[in-house]
Amino acid sequence: MTDAVLQAGAPGPAARPEGSRPGAVLRRAEARPIIEIDDVVKTFGEFVAVDHVSLTIREGELFALLGGSGCGKTTLLRMLAGFERPTAGRILIGGQDMTHVAPYDRPVNMMFQSYALFPHMSVEANVAFGLRQDGLPKAEIRDRVRQMLDLVQLAPFAKRKPHHLSGGQRQRVALARSLAKHPKVLLLDEPLAALDKKLREQTQLELVGIQERVGTTFVVVTHDQEEAMTMADRVAIMDSGRIIQVDTPHALYEYPNTRFVAEFFGTVNMFQGDLIEDEPDHILIRSDALANPVYVGHGISAREGATVWVALRPEKLAISRTRPDRAHNWDQGIIEDIVYLGGISTYHVRLDSGALARVTTQNLERMAEPDITWDDRVFVSWRHDNVVVVTG
Amino acid sequence: MKRASRFPYVMLAIGFAFLYVPILLLMIFSFNESRLVTVWGGFSLKWYAELFRNEQMLDAALVSLRIAVTSATIATVLGTLSALMMGRFGRFRGRLLFTGMITAPLVMPEVITGLSLLLMFVSLEGLIGWPQGRGVDTITIAHTTFCMAYVNIVVQSRLVGLDRSVEEAAMDLGARPLKAFLVITLPMLAPALVSGWLLSFTLSLDDLVIASFVAGPASSTLPMVVFSSVRMGVTPEINALATLLVLVATVTILIAAAVLWRQERERDRAVARAVDAERRA
Repeated sequence: MTDAVLQAGAPGPAARPEGSRPGAVLRRAEARPIIEIDDVVKTFGEFVAVDHVSLTIREGELFALLGGSGCGKTTLLRMLAGFERPTAGRILIGGQDMTHVAPYDRPVNMMFQSYALFPHMSVEANVAFGLRQDGLPKAEIRDRVRQMLDLVQLAPFAKRKPHHLSGGQRQRVALARSLAKHPKVLLLDEPLAALDKKLREQTQLELVGIQERVGTTFVVVTHDQEEAMTMADRVAIMDSGRIIQVDTPHALYEYPNTRFVAEFFGTVNMFQGDLIEDEPDHILIRSDALANPVYVGHGISAREGATVWVALRPEKLAISRTRPDRAHNWDQGIIEDIVYLGGISTYHVRLDSGALARVTTQNLERMAEPDITWDDRVFVSWRHDNVVVVTG
Repeated sequence: MKRASRFPYVMLAIGFAFLYVPILLLMIFSFNESRLVTVWGGFSLKWYAELFRNEQMLDAALVSLRIAVTSATIATVLGTLSALMMGRFGRFRGRLLFTGMITAPLVMPEVITGLSLLLMFVSLEGLIGWPQGRGVDTITIAHTTFCMAYVNIVVQSRLVGLDRSVEEAAMDLGARPLKAFLVITLPMLAPALVSGWLLSFTLSLDDLVIASFVAGPASSTLPMVVFSSVRMGVTPEINALATLLVLVATVTILIAAAVLWRQERERDRAVARAVDAERRA
């Protein structure tokens, strides 16, 4: 990749140095909003596809809309592109009201799940299509197409027709075509869904690299939690037309605000319980599934006696044969199953209450003999600061 | 076991013989010296010479071609427009009714189509003075009417298979709807338009019943001339004409198939190369 390409393809903030994503997130917290979705509703007949969604996406961000099928994420993306009109609410792009602006007049471009390449045009002509619509001079179009094809490393294939390319190459043509007009925002609808697993993992990082180089705001729709975690600066989790939580992948994993988010984003052991003691500096929760109460070293905003859920990530549980010498935050059970995955192992522990707890441990030592095996009686424990408590 | 495995081949041979022996016989007898259609009198090309001297037959062939080209072209335009309306503009009032109505001519007995068109032309002439009498124009209109239904079906089925997002991509990149249609949708529909046109062309060229109803005195189409001359007795001349028609059709189909096959093979090779290159990269 040459420097000329980097500069040419950077209408937004300057390219940030490689490998600085956490810092980039912090810096971008002050960045200007580029998309403001204001209380948007979209209904199809009786069906509410998008239900009072408000969301701000900042300039230069790689933002992911994550959710299961039918959660409204694609409808929301299509409203940003202009293919669907909101039933109510407003959409601002770059500070301008775009709610009722047609797709061909919006400063955003979209990369389609099916890639939607023009089959009767060469790779070059596909990438040039948007620039031609703007009536740019021929020489400039040629230069921009060249830059874009260099960016996605497809220059040798410029004269090919799309059906003469492999799936991965088609995906890159689609990316080059949608970036060619230097849109303020690039919308990506399941950009990697059509690739096989190995290529997908590699392409995720490539896509992030390209986004960092050109600096364009990316909004990615995906149903794949790992993909969202790998790529996005921030993720919005959607369910039945609503946004449940918007945060960094780290915050979504460690501080989920609901049961839905905790369960959707990663694996979790979830136990329902009652708040039996609520003090400013600690709380106690009693659960039918756990033999001992759960102690958490901070207060929460709920009444005593309220129903709450205790969410425990499998890797934050410890497993041992010795009984912990404290009155809370542990339980015991029988090893029902061991899933060995090389780097980690997952133990399925059937607790005495009948509930199942999943515990993952890292296999750090090559020669270590596993000392816990099927049907062993074990103790499962956790630190009080690793407990997540959600109220809904 | 061996005998059992031969059975399907025998059935296949019988089936094909049933289909093609009559045509083969017809072709052989077109080179017959004898005037009698069923008695072989030696090889000769004289019926071909005779055919090309037959003014009436040649005129009819020209009339047929003119009608076929015109009506196929109009039918392709109208059929495509109606297919777009049904396939692209969502649900509108009475869509189901229209879908049924546009395909009705496919199953309507030709006699009824012909008769109703004749009645319409006659009453139109009485009301507004057009069309004056019946002739090439009325046949063209009649053929357009029923060919349009076929084009509609062909184009609609292609439209269903088209990825809608390709048009959306064009608009997303700044093309207005009309431009997106002309530059993106239309080229993608081209195969359906071509096959719709060819289908209409052959249907029009082939039609006897409807043409007989709406034809005028000076507008006999080829099927009409052939049919009326056959009624007075089959001459080997008709065999010669039929042989030429079969030949033209066969050659056209072979050329089309060869072109398609070559494209397919080139595409497969290019994809294999692309996948290879990617693996090495």
